[in-house]
Amino acid sequence: MKPKQSSRREFIQRSTKGAAAGGVAAATGNAAVGESAIKPLKTAHTHQSTSICPYCAVGCSVVVHSLGDRAQNVKPAIVHIEGDPESPINRGTLCPKGASLEEFVQSDRRLTTVQYRAPGSREWRRISWAEAVEKMARRIKDSRDRGFEATDAQGRTVNRLRNVAMIGGCTDTNEINYLLGKFRFGMGLVSYENQSRL
Amino acid sequence: MTNGWTDVSNADVVLVMGGNPAENHPVGFRFVMEAKRLRKAKIVCVDPRFTRTAAVSDLYVPIRSGTDIAFLGGLIHYALSENKYQRKYVEQHTNASFLIAEGFGFSEGHFSGWQDGKYDKSTWQYELDGQGYAKVDPTLEHPRCVFQLMKKHYSRYTPEVVANICGCTAEEFLKAAAMITLAAAENKSGTVLYALGWTHHSFAVQLIHAAAMVQLLMGNIGMPGGGVNAQRGHANIQGSTDMGAWNYLPGYLKLPRANQTALVDYLKANTPKPLRPNSLNYWGNTPKFMTSLLKAYYGPNATAANSYGYDWLPKIAEGADHSWGTFFDEMDAGKMEGLISFGMNPVANGPNTPKMIRGLSKLKWLIVAENFETETAAFWRAKELADKEYPHSLKAEDIQTEVFLLPAACFAEKDGSFVNSSRWLQWKQVAVDPPGEARRDQEIIADLFLAIRALYEKEGGKGAEPLLRMQWNYARPHAPTLREVAREVNGVDLATGKQLNGFGELQADGTTACGNWIYSGSWPEAGNQMARRGQVDPTGLGLYPEWAWSWPANRRILYNRASTDEQGKPWDATRAPLRWNGQRWAGDTPDYKADAKPDSLAAFVMLPEGVARLFAPDLVEGPFPEHYEPAESPVENALHPNANANPLLRVYRSDLDSLGSAKDFPFVAITYRLTEHFHYWTKHTSSSAELQSNFFVEVPEELASEKGIASGTLVRVSSARGELEGPALVTKRLRTLKVSGRKVYQIGLPIHWGFVGKVHGPLINKLTPSAYDPNCGTPEYKGFLVNLEKIG
Repeated sequence: MKPKQSSRREFIQRSTKGAAAGGVAAATGNAAVGESAIKPLKTAHTHQSTSICPYCAVGCSVVVHSLGDRAQNVKPAIVHIEGDPESPINRGTLCPKGASLEEFVQSDRRLTTVQYRAPGSREWRRISWAEAVEKMARRIKDSRDRGFEATDAQGRTVNRLRNVAMIGGCTDTNEINYLLGKFRFGMGLVSYENQSRL
Repeated sequence: MTNGWTDVSNADVVLVMGGNPAENHPVGFRFVMEAKRLRKAKIVCVDPRFTRTAAVSDLYVPIRSGTDIAFLGGLIHYALSENKYQRKYVEQHTNASFLIAEGFGFSEGHFSGWQDGKYDKSTWQYELDGQGYAKVDPTLEHPRCVFQLMKKHYSRYTPEVVANICGCTAEEFLKAAAMITLAAAENKSGTVLYALGWTHHSFAVQLIHAAAMVQLLMGNIGMPGGGVNAQRGHANIQGSTDMGAWNYLPGYLKLPRANQTALVDYLKANTPKPLRPNSLNYWGNTPKFMTSLLKAYYGPNATAANSYGYDWLPKIAEGADHSWGTFFDEMDAGKMEGLISFGMNPVANGPNTPKMIRGLSKLKWLIVAENFETETAAFWRAKELADKEYPHSLKAEDIQTEVFLLPAACFAEKDGSFVNSSRWLQWKQVAVDPPGEARRDQEIIADLFLAIRALYEKEGGKGAEPLLRMQWNYARPHAPTLREVAREVNGVDLATGKQLNGFGELQADGTTACGNWIYSGSWPEAGNQMARRGQVDPTGLGLYPEWAWSWPANRRILYNRASTDEQGKPWDATRAPLRWNGQRWAGDTPDYKADAKPDSLAAFVMLPEGVARLFAPDLVEGPFPEHYEPAESPVENALHPNANANPLLRVYRSDLDSLGSAKDFPFVAITYRLTEHFHYWTKHTSSSAELQSNFFVEVPEELASEKGIASGTLVRVSSARGELEGPALVTKRLRTLKVSGRKVYQIGLPIHWGFVGKVHGPLINKLTPSAYDPNCGTPEYKGFLVNLEKIG
């Protein structure tokens, strides 16, 4: 599906008309009042992206509706997520979890800042990405320098690292898993597991 | 899945066992209902619990958790003794006719070669002729042919024995067997749908092997409406397996072992030779897959002179296993310094929660990239947040682990592809940017990788070369696009710079690069096939070849060549995914050489045998599946009391790893999901948290009345690892079973809660054992022992 989008002007015009006339249509319940009189759906002017539900692996397609993505200084926001009627798998349907995906994306529990917990501390502390990356890279390198085995006891080249492990989750895309693999093998990590194997 | 969700509607028989799709894969389950509506398919549900799937089945049979191999072994015995198997299929497409070495046998619960706690597998091998081909007896009469050995092995699995082990009645078993074997007719096909009810056992690989054997005997592999179909429970765990985890590189290439010191040794060990003259033996192309992967990893640094950088890959010790249980045991023993977790939650997901928490508290550092603060990120707060539930946990002040919690984008904020259960790679679009300072995974990985590299460039250090030689040539190295990565995964002809059309174009001489051979063809010159939205269905079988892209080679039904006989005649002309038109195979992408005459090659092109394995000599605890009891069991093994559990059961020995006995823990526990929740995520969203806000303990009616428990009564469930409390839900869904002459009760424990989220509750894995399958290292989350006490 090609992303559809209305021009900003169209959007404002329709929204204004809809807001003015919506009450009438609702009050009379008369469909014959005409298109301009019906309160527009909240999805009528959205930018539509297609995606795949991140829950079970049936692989239902979803249409993600977002608003505000073309105006300057406006951060687009998701207003609705629904089943994709074109998918031969779900034909527009979703289960109770999939139907509430918007809440997942917009959950007030989403992490929006980097949090750091120092050894022995009782709390999280907000730090910057730059500080986090610098600290993490240092910790990883120090551990790797201590643990890296270029050769084993028999003198065979093994280039492996056993004191650091890495685990991947169930919504890491194929491309992310591929990059994680390059990270893994660059580091020489042998302990590398995924949700798929539990 | 060998087949796919949309294909399930082609089935005449649906066996659902070890899964509950009506509850856990509700949208996929509509294809089961379509099969019932359109083809009058029979649905058989075999499960410890009367589930929502059971409720719409034609037949439900209860069994004790962990006795599935006994049930399937009974089906094999029934099919062979009642002559309800597809004889021609078995003759043509399986290794039934292959002769096995002298001395192979089974007695007292062990296969031949059992000594000092180990197997010498020398008698489990095919008998070869002078040219290295397996000897066969097409009549299937030779006493050492697989068919006769199989018949003998399963002769012990009579309906009475099955009933005695599983806890159903012999009549129930026979009804199910009659229904399932309807698919033995040439023009009928049956599917098997399973999920974690099969994989969460210490004999999981053998269990799925047993299902494959049943399906081969029925002639169901390669057929529309057939196959062995894993209903994967997370959006991209199929993809993460494909891309290599544990001891694997991408595309199911094995990780090198320390004794494979040169590329040539690796290729020799991992490139099979054909075992029959007519075997295509596609893994014979391993050198092309491996060299192309090394070219993708190391780019121009990989040359013929340095064996394409083979030295830089890590080599694991011979026989070493670095699976989940092993490295968490090493962590718990203080041998690990750090853990990087990309969207994974071991405190909730791993077995034996106290051990997970103690392991993490021994790390120097922990990095977690997540959408939410999970139990893993907050493991050091377990005492503060849920003191009573985690008595072993240390106070935060006493935990020295440094923790980094990184805010990551969620699915709608990033593109890339997921592989569903049907092996379809479906591309996502970016809908919006991540909130606040949250970042996309590729940027987090790239930043970290490049920062570590910069330290090595500046300071030097151990093992700098493997790290610095890895190719990272993205247009913006700190922010690779997933389109660039997907093109790299597909592969490229390095001479022309053109994207490859498929793995058939790979070369072993360093002229092609490919990040995962099984995905080659997903992004050719024609563009991103994973984003396709075509609706056509030329075969009428629901294969939708232009919707997204299926690995391998956009094939929708694996082994589809076996949907016809040796001469190319479809077993069922009304349901043929492939047809031979005299020159080529038409229909689905053939799992065969596209222009090879039907009788020129055997049908199973990926196996050196050329035919499917009823006898599988590569598995560690036996070439035929055998019923062993779970690590914790309420009864002794009725077939061989001296070999109770899996002889090669993997357990660990820390003080937190105890196993319980039926004396202290008399009830069998199973864990399961509810339709309103997804794993440990949706407790962070309002509607799921409201719909299923509370943990409960499902208790069978008869046991409840013995103990004076009513729905809502507070109960305590304990295992050798820990205990938890919750209200009882008394139901008829868990029937009292009669096993080895004794009453056995099963208790149901839904997962989904924890100590962070909008709703809280106990983590079920406090109770589960550190007992693992020896083939693949998957934990036994189902069929462990507990006690139940009334406290309210």
